[in-house]
Amino acid sequence: MFADYTWAELGSIFAMQGFSGLILFSVLLLMALGLAIIFGQMGVINMAHGEFMILGAYITYLTSNLFSTYLPELFDAYFFIAIIFAFIGTFLLGALVEWTLIRHLYKRPLDTLLATWGLSLILQQLYRTIFGPREVGVTLPDWMMGSFQVSEMIEVPVNGMIVMVITLFITLGVFLFLQKSRKGKQSRAVVQNRAMAGAVGIDTARVDRFTFALGCGIAGIAGATFTMIGSTGPTSGQLYIVDTFLVVVFGGAASLLGTIASAFSISQAQSIMEFFLSGSMAKVLTLLTVIVILMLRPQGLFSLKVRR
Amino acid sequence: MYQQKDFVLTIEGLTVSFDGFKAVNDVSLYIEEQEIRVIIGPNGAGKTTVLDLICGRTKATEGSIKFKGKELTKLKEHEIVHAGVGRKFQNPSIYEDLTVFENLELSYPRGKKVWGALTFRRDQEVIDKVNEIAQMIFLQEMLSSPANLLSHGQKQWLEIGMLLIQDPELLMLDEPVAGMSVSERKQTAELLQRITKERSVLVIEHDMHFVEEIADRVTVLHQGKVLSEGSMEKVQNDPKVIEVYLGH
Amino acid sequence: MLQTKLRSLAPKNDVVSFLILAAILLVALPILFDIFRLNLIGKYLTFAFVALGLVLSWGLGGILSLGQGIFFGLGGYAMAMFLKLEASNPENTQIQSTPGIPDFMDWNQLTELPWFWEPFHSFGFTLFAIIALPALFAYIIGAAMFKRRVGGVYFAIITQAIAAILTILIIGQQGFTGGVNGITDLRTLHGWDIRTDSAKYILYFINVMLLLATLVAAQYIRKSKLGRLLVAMRDSEDRVRFSGYDVANFKIFIFCIAGIFSSIGGAMFTLQVGFMSPSLIGIVPSIEMVIFAAVGGNLSIFGAIYGALIVNWAKTILSESYPELWLFAMGAMFIAVVLAFPKGLAGIYESYVQPWVDKKLKAIQDKKAKK
Repeated sequence: MFADYTWAELGSIFAMQGFSGLILFSVLLLMALGLAIIFGQMGVINMAHGEFMILGAYITYLTSNLFSTYLPELFDAYFFIAIIFAFIGTFLLGALVEWTLIRHLYKRPLDTLLATWGLSLILQQLYRTIFGPREVGVTLPDWMMGSFQVSEMIEVPVNGMIVMVITLFITLGVFLFLQKSRKGKQSRAVVQNRAMAGAVGIDTARVDRFTFALGCGIAGIAGATFTMIGSTGPTSGQLYIVDTFLVVVFGGAASLLGTIASAFSISQAQSIMEFFLSGSMAKVLTLLTVIVILMLRPQGLFSLKVRR
Repeated sequence: MYQQKDFVLTIEGLTVSFDGFKAVNDVSLYIEEQEIRVIIGPNGAGKTTVLDLICGRTKATEGSIKFKGKELTKLKEHEIVHAGVGRKFQNPSIYEDLTVFENLELSYPRGKKVWGALTFRRDQEVIDKVNEIAQMIFLQEMLSSPANLLSHGQKQWLEIGMLLIQDPELLMLDEPVAGMSVSERKQTAELLQRITKERSVLVIEHDMHFVEEIADRVTVLHQGKVLSEGSMEKVQNDPKVIEVYLGH
Repeated sequence: MLQTKLRSLAPKNDVVSFLILAAILLVALPILFDIFRLNLIGKYLTFAFVALGLVLSWGLGGILSLGQGIFFGLGGYAMAMFLKLEASNPENTQIQSTPGIPDFMDWNQLTELPWFWEPFHSFGFTLFAIIALPALFAYIIGAAMFKRRVGGVYFAIITQAIAAILTILIIGQQGFTGGVNGITDLRTLHGWDIRTDSAKYILYFINVMLLLATLVAAQYIRKSKLGRLLVAMRDSEDRVRFSGYDVANFKIFIFCIAGIFSSIGGAMFTLQVGFMSPSLIGIVPSIEMVIFAAVGGNLSIFGAIYGALIVNWAKTILSESYPELWLFAMGAMFIAVVLAFPKGLAGIYESYVQPWVDKKLKAIQDKKAKK
């Protein structure tokens, strides 16, 4: 597939597709981050994670409409406000779901998988009832539309760079939060030894609720960035859940660096192959590669040999 | 110094490291036929890891484990079992959803392959053997009850029984009397004395009275290394042992 | 001796359940419903094959596959390819630019039958493929995963990913597979028109007989030592391993069996419904198949069949009259089964209906004894 191109052209193609894959990278990374926190914390597979993302996307859509109707002079900045709204909205829904559903199912991963799938179906139908079956898109402010011309063949989209910067900030923020803050430390303590954490006076039930909600909130932010690469429909989120889970597993569930590296490699592989093959074949190849690697190295790329 | 043929189990230079941390460090161990050897040592000394290494649950980084001249480090778990090594876990691990009879039956050494298991028939030979073992482990009255109804001590016995039915030449028991009442302990000690007539036994135990009662020889592990070895009396008087373990 | 063996294979309760089920499927339903509805029931029952496989692999063995659509599709496509080739004989297709190949290939500018379609000219090979393909595929997936001790949610998600890949592949390779529409317009089997009412009756009965045979096979496996081993593995996998079993082989075996069951269901689907498409393979249909088994009770082979029937029937009723309610109902079912009824309908039957029946029976017996 490379035979028809010169090396220079190939270099440019790789760079171009690489940059255009940045938004996908951001979406996958944020999704995976949320999923990894939830999975690592309570062994819960949240199959409705994609629907939380889509809620974030719908909130972004609503915010953009709100601004263009009532505050057109501030429209340039709506995206940043939307991120905050998306986070808050999905965080609250996450807390509610944890309280009604998830807390009854700790340490039964296969059951949570089925229950959260049920939840995802209900959310999808809710979105369809509220927002209609049609996909909706947001209008970007002008300044985010263009791209930098780096060389004759290479263009870097502005929104891609912005989204990636935001993503990296959030990732760093989550990392610092988990490492340094009191809440973050409590949350890690619960992961490592639930009984002991409870015994030293940490309210593990509250920490769980907070952690689950945080994971969902991050998915909401992923949804806000998602509006830049696709239009939002009731079932758009479902397409991402398998990819996201593969990112988490591929990176080794407990490693932040691993999650970043695996989100990066999967999104880039997909984006670059899309140029040479059809989109669907690129996806098939990416997923297949990940599965084959996982079969060879089931513990993921970045995990430590631990004492059982 | 040692003659190879006298030993059922010969462990030499056994080392395993987890990310640089050597949980077991250059351990050598020689077990004779019909010997009851007890491994003691403080928490984290690597006792359970040694058993894990012998039965193939953990792969050794270095060293060799020879069982009747066969190198175990290269075998898979089920092959090690077929070679004649049985292992009881620290927490009694039995099949809660099956009856005591079925628990024992699954360990009966026949029909261990897929096809064999599909066509396995519960004939008189199996029934007799299960009854015999049940008698030994004081569970003959409980054969048809589900295993989740057993007391903690009875579960320990059941797991020992599941090993006995395999008739292993080396039996490894990880804390067999943990959580048992005094009378249960006594019964277990008798049981162990009885079953070692035909085999060697390797036991991890914390209960010193129990150790005294059953051990032929004792090995003390500390921080992954062998600290002392010999009779209970010798070990108890070893100043190194007193310092790290018995001293407090 | 033979009698005791039979009794251990089939306790009295199971025999009664089996006879009741056979009577419902073979007598009651054909009398009660016209051929249109009966054909629909036949379609639902093809999913019961999948649910039966899931009872063995998931309920008994704890291996949850979210990709059973893969195997359903393998069987369904194998049958569809055979029927399509028969429907695409040179006479029927003489208006095409390349007569003698399926119409969708012609539309996609293929001029030659792809090599992997060739063997499906033979009905014998097709039947062989319906059993062998899923077994082989399940073996490869199972060996790769179970030998490396991948299980639980990881296995579930990876099987789901494979289902996704297969769907994308089929949709993407339109010329070879018929794409998103699938393989349609199937007509005859060795000249026998499968679209007539009489053919639909015959196919319904063949389907039921196959299902009952599969049920007996499942019961045999469940009652064998292998069945108890699967339960044991769910309780304590290490204990089984250190009792001298190669655990992975048993998991591979049961996963292959579940795959073969699903594949038979898929082939019967194609025969009765007259088409096969990727919409029966992907993530969503595969996870729906899990709910059939879960609603019936993932430990009960009879529950699997009633579960498949009831859920599919509810789906038809609801999506005919209140399409927007169906997803809510489905979602609620997933949650209810997990939170409130982990043993499904079979559990409800065991804890409420059976005691009542037993009591009544005993009362009758007592009365007789008094007389």
